[in-house]
Amino acid sequence: MADIGEWLRDKISRRSLLAGGLAAAGGTAISTSGALGQSQHAGHAGAVVTEAAPASAHLAAHGAMITVGDVDNERNGFDPSAMLTDWETGTVSELPDGRTLRTFEVTAEDKEIEIAPGIMFPAWTYNGRVPGPALRATEGERLKIVFRNYGSHPHSMHFHGIHAARMDGVPGAGLIGPGEEFVYEFDAKPFGCHLYHCHALPLKRHIHKGMYGAFVIDPDPARHPEHETVARSRQLGTPENAGWQEFVMVMNAFDTNFDGENEVYAVNTVAHAYAKQPIRLERERPVRIYLVNVVEFDPINSFHLHGNFFNYFDQGTTLTPTLQTVDLITQCQAERGILEFAFKEHEPGLYMFHPHQSEFTELGWVGMFDVVEAVS
Amino acid sequence: MTDIARSSVEPVAGAPVARRGRAYLLWIVVPLAVLGLAIAWLVAADPLSGFRNGAPPVEKLTFERTILGTDGIRLLLRAGGSEPMTIAQVQVDDAYWQFTQDPPGAIARSGTVWIHLPFPWVVGEAHAIRVVTNTGATFDHEIPVAVPTPTRDSLSFVSQGLLGAFVGLLPVAIGLMFYPVLRGVGRNGMNFLLALTVGLLAFLLIDAFGDALELAGEAAAIFQGPVMVVLVAAASFLLLMAVGRRQGTPSGLALATFIALGIGLHNLGEGLAIGASFAAGAAGLGTFLVLGFTLHNITEGIGIAAPILKIRPPLWSFAGLTLLAGGPAVIGLWIGSLA
Repeated sequence: MADIGEWLRDKISRRSLLAGGLAAAGGTAISTSGALGQSQHAGHAGAVVTEAAPASAHLAAHGAMITVGDVDNERNGFDPSAMLTDWETGTVSELPDGRTLRTFEVTAEDKEIEIAPGIMFPAWTYNGRVPGPALRATEGERLKIVFRNYGSHPHSMHFHGIHAARMDGVPGAGLIGPGEEFVYEFDAKPFGCHLYHCHALPLKRHIHKGMYGAFVIDPDPARHPEHETVARSRQLGTPENAGWQEFVMVMNAFDTNFDGENEVYAVNTVAHAYAKQPIRLERERPVRIYLVNVVEFDPINSFHLHGNFFNYFDQGTTLTPTLQTVDLITQCQAERGILEFAFKEHEPGLYMFHPHQSEFTELGWVGMFDVVEAVS
Repeated sequence: MTDIARSSVEPVAGAPVARRGRAYLLWIVVPLAVLGLAIAWLVAADPLSGFRNGAPPVEKLTFERTILGTDGIRLLLRAGGSEPMTIAQVQVDDAYWQFTQDPPGAIARSGTVWIHLPFPWVVGEAHAIRVVTNTGATFDHEIPVAVPTPTRDSLSFVSQGLLGAFVGLLPVAIGLMFYPVLRGVGRNGMNFLLALTVGLLAFLLIDAFGDALELAGEAAAIFQGPVMVVLVAAASFLLLMAVGRRQGTPSGLALATFIALGIGLHNLGEGLAIGASFAAGAAGLGTFLVLGFTLHNITEGIGIAAPILKIRPPLWSFAGLTLLAGGPAVIGLWIGSLA
């Protein structure tokens, strides 16, 4: 999204800002007895002005309420910014009957990951990442998922989709022990924004340890003549789809001390990832977000967009929005949907997004869109 | 000459003594050497590696001091547990907050660090601190009522001194002022008063011991709090006994002085308690707490006066006894309020 030079500049100025901002917040803001929050905000803004203003403004918006330091993406083996657009499309071949066969290979692995700066979590992963790979297929294709369990516990892949009982990923139907392999096979239907997760027991632990991922089935335009253009815009690889800026976001959380309550909330695992490194949006191109909630222990999660409204497609199984012009949607666990919005009419700038459970926001699940003019 | 004579005479008796001395030494060295070898083997060969089952290290973190100031919250933390600990993040009221750690890096076993949070705390309200370590373990600390931590300025120094005098010196002086009356009180009256004093002191002993054990339980595990309380109490008791009984059972002014000394130590503790409760923001209890301390300390004056009823000590000795028994309260208050 940003080239390496920009990224480095951004990172360096952020470091110096942390120090400057801390001093400003400590020295000036809190010592004034009046409106503490306000003056602290002002203190930060003041520190920002002396720094490289555009690169640091996104941090000023969070004041001192942010995690300290950075997560080592290289050690984790995944980068939350890259994850946003990292679709796993598998390998494609043709079946004798002319249909497309799409094959995915997924392994379960135990892996310690850094979920917030300095906080390590003993995760169970699909393909070494949390959330697991964002699988993407097209409606009507035959899907084959080769699943190998290299983990220390029994695991499975339970897909939210239409399939036979044998393929359900529950005990007795595709749940495999360590070292075993299973092949899930079914047709890609219905189209929409779905998910998969481990259905081994106890379910709570297998989900919150990191075994989940997005599973998106694009509509086949040929099957939806009445909404062909819309369907085409949803299908990965078409020119219509290239006009959109698509992101996949899995809202998750981690109970680091195993007391049944989450210590860290995020989208795509790393707390404050998009607060510290905002998501660059081109003003002219519309935005589509595939949003999935897998948060364990809390009954509900939500998504709120600042300064804008969006259309919402509940579970993504329709081509017309199920909710129009809203700036907040709620999702229980495994609930998901597609958000569509545009910043065409907006001035460039930083637009925040977060759940409207303030607690989740303050524990790491908050980010920014950095809306910029089209990059030539 | 004498040397030669002795050396010529004594070998007969001296050699076995020297040999026995060497044998003694040997039997001290050998067990210690075995212990040393056992430790060296344990460290070098690591026979316990088989018990290591991938469990994360044991972590302990004790919050020793909390300072609420104009620049936010400062916390003094002491690490405990099996390995050095690393603080990854700090939450205040369920929100991750920027912080600085001094000194930075991992905290060695039993080491301490200061954490500074530029947090806009609210006077009179509660705040909860949660420290998250690199393993994801959490340690909580509650600030039940947030008030600014007293600073060392001269005004509070004087007012604390006055308070200490009110709690320590005044009641002892009042108690001693009963001296003329006590001289006239009969044997039964005196017994009643002394029984009252002993009863109060017994109550205080139990009460103070309970409090001390409770406080010791909150201290870092490395200090072995409860054992420390018992050891210190026993040591002070023995020390006072030894000093007091050095020249036989004391009586008269000497006994009064020892009682005053004991009461002085006790008042030092009271001063510490009051000072600490002020520092901890429990000043709301102030008036009644102070009045309670003052009232019960009057009986202490009576206790000091009892042994000197039969003699007529000089007037200055009354002043001295009052200072000895009550003065430590002032010092305790100063120290306690700074803790």
